[in-house]
Amino acid sequence: MNKSKHFSWEAMLCVVLIASLALGRGLSPDFLGASNFSNLLADFTEIALMALPMTLIIVAAEIDLSVASVMGMSSALMGVLWHMGLPMPAVIVTCLVAGTLAGLFNGVVIVKFALPSLAVTIGTMALFRGCAYLLLGDQAIADFPGNYTLFGISNVGDSFIPQPFVIVIIAAILFTVLLQATPFGRSLYAIGSNQTAAHFSGINVARTKLRLFVLSGFMSALAGVIYTLRFSSARGDNGEGFELSVVAAVLFGGVSIFGGKGSLVGVLLSLVIIGVLKNALTLSDVSSEVLTIVTGLLLLSSVLVPNLLARWRESRQRRALAAA
Amino acid sequence: MLRKVQMLALPMLLATLMAGVGAAELKKDLKIAFLPKQINNPYEVIADEGGMTAIKEFGGIGKVVGPSDAGASSQVQYVNTLITQKQHAIVIAANDANAVVPYLKKAQAAGIKVVTFDSDTSPDGRQIFVNQADSEGIGRAQLQLLAKLIGGEGEFAILSATPNATNQNTWIKWMQEELKKPEYAKMKLVKVAYGNDDDQKSFVETQGLLQAYPKLKGIISPTTVGISAAARYLSTSPRKGQVAITGLGTPNQMRAFVKNGTVKAFQLWDPGQLGYLAAYAAAHLAAGNITGKEGESFDAGKLGKRTVGKNGEVVLGPPTTFDASNIDNFNF
Repeated sequence: MNKSKHFSWEAMLCVVLIASLALGRGLSPDFLGASNFSNLLADFTEIALMALPMTLIIVAAEIDLSVASVMGMSSALMGVLWHMGLPMPAVIVTCLVAGTLAGLFNGVVIVKFALPSLAVTIGTMALFRGCAYLLLGDQAIADFPGNYTLFGISNVGDSFIPQPFVIVIIAAILFTVLLQATPFGRSLYAIGSNQTAAHFSGINVARTKLRLFVLSGFMSALAGVIYTLRFSSARGDNGEGFELSVVAAVLFGGVSIFGGKGSLVGVLLSLVIIGVLKNALTLSDVSSEVLTIVTGLLLLSSVLVPNLLARWRESRQRRALAAA
Repeated sequence: MLRKVQMLALPMLLATLMAGVGAAELKKDLKIAFLPKQINNPYEVIADEGGMTAIKEFGGIGKVVGPSDAGASSQVQYVNTLITQKQHAIVIAANDANAVVPYLKKAQAAGIKVVTFDSDTSPDGRQIFVNQADSEGIGRAQLQLLAKLIGGEGEFAILSATPNATNQNTWIKWMQEELKKPEYAKMKLVKVAYGNDDDQKSFVETQGLLQAYPKLKGIISPTTVGISAAARYLSTSPRKGQVAITGLGTPNQMRAFVKNGTVKAFQLWDPGQLGYLAAYAAAHLAAGNITGKEGESFDAGKLGKRTVGKNGEVVLGPPTTFDASNIDNFNF
């Protein structure tokens, strides 16, 4: 029952994807060009990197709203360390470690004090963003070495795939395996469906959650590093508001906000659909306000449609029962 | 017979030549896109409207696109889109001096001309930067305006932003330079006060200036925060009408003080003209009439002939003076 429902949501996403590709083609003759596809993919690099761990977290019925702030903090830290004269590889490693520690902090507070992740990460969202501003103020640091920033804006060979997007592809494969094919991944569904039952069936709920938030911190820092290189600009306000796009992509991908349901394939489809729609509408000069409305409607429909479908099924079953 | 042909041919040839000159001026249907820092930012909206007016004048196809937030990367998506759409020129007010540069370089590599206005990028990102006003022009014009308001004699003070604000310090330096001219011999700068671009601090500093200098005839505040705080203090002070306040302010913020007589006149550049000039610069670049090198000049419609200065800068010119007679024509 559960499984067939996932399948149907993903099938629906496939249809929506084809429809949005057709819409893009219809709206602009330039849509299907290789360089446009390259832009389209590059545009959701950071959102995708943060949506992967977010999928796991929401499946386990938790949420991490601090992702964009960790991203901004890692970007600001990158600027500061580079100006302190650290070599670039050391800068990047330090930023990733800092992000991982930020994630660990989230995890420890949530697990040790048994607090809801929503409340804790709203707090750390402000906390980490504050740290980002503390590090850099309203400055921007832009003089990163050319070979690194070139990585941020170049494609793989002559293809249309942006180099940073390769990291997205690798991460997507790893996360898909992790969630759908390992005991760790399966335990997330158990925790998300019924935490108490999961605990009594021998799953270490606390340790699993801690790992999720550490993972999320690391991926957010990685997104911050890549963003900084793509735009050769380290700023405290980098990625502001991205957490909502991340959550939207995950929910539209069919992951239930109540936990226990959803797949990474759905989330990846949803990322591509949102990317295609945004690109196609921008290309036909639709204003950014309308774009925001479209994103809002997608999010709303992803919460409403499954709910309405379930009710409709239920009432049909009840009627069938009554008839029999 | 031959003569007749010649007689006919000569004017025809001339006409063709002249038409040719006209076409080299600005060809029709140039696609020019304005990319403001943020859509719906009132200042930028006026600048964009100025640009659209210019584009209509020379028969181009203009549009305004842009993000709803001022993040570093939010303009990049639009730059990429404009490249895909094969626009002839992009006129951008950059949110981040560096984040857009690699993408603007891509645009230039694709043959698209790039003009910055209001807020520049690093010079390799664009061909021309349309600067609102040069520092010398702003500094001198403010002293000239104050001299007119106080009849060329008396004590005056300056209420600046922070002691280390680059813009304000340069303007003040040019005010002092202008003050050396013989026609200002009867004017005396008694103090430069600093309101730190903080409304409360500027308010208190104004109070202090009026108490410390009973003979004070005028205050120049070359910052939008300072001038409105100073005007607010003066509007409730018994010395309203005896002390002239001027400087740089926006019409919306100063309107009430102009209407109630606290402030006679103040200045700022007109963002509409800024956009207008940027559109002409973009069109001439796109038409191949100029390349952005120092010394090139182009025709900017009602603003007349403009010349490209150092580092590809084109200066709009002296600031616009706002007073009771024209303030209602501006909304920003």
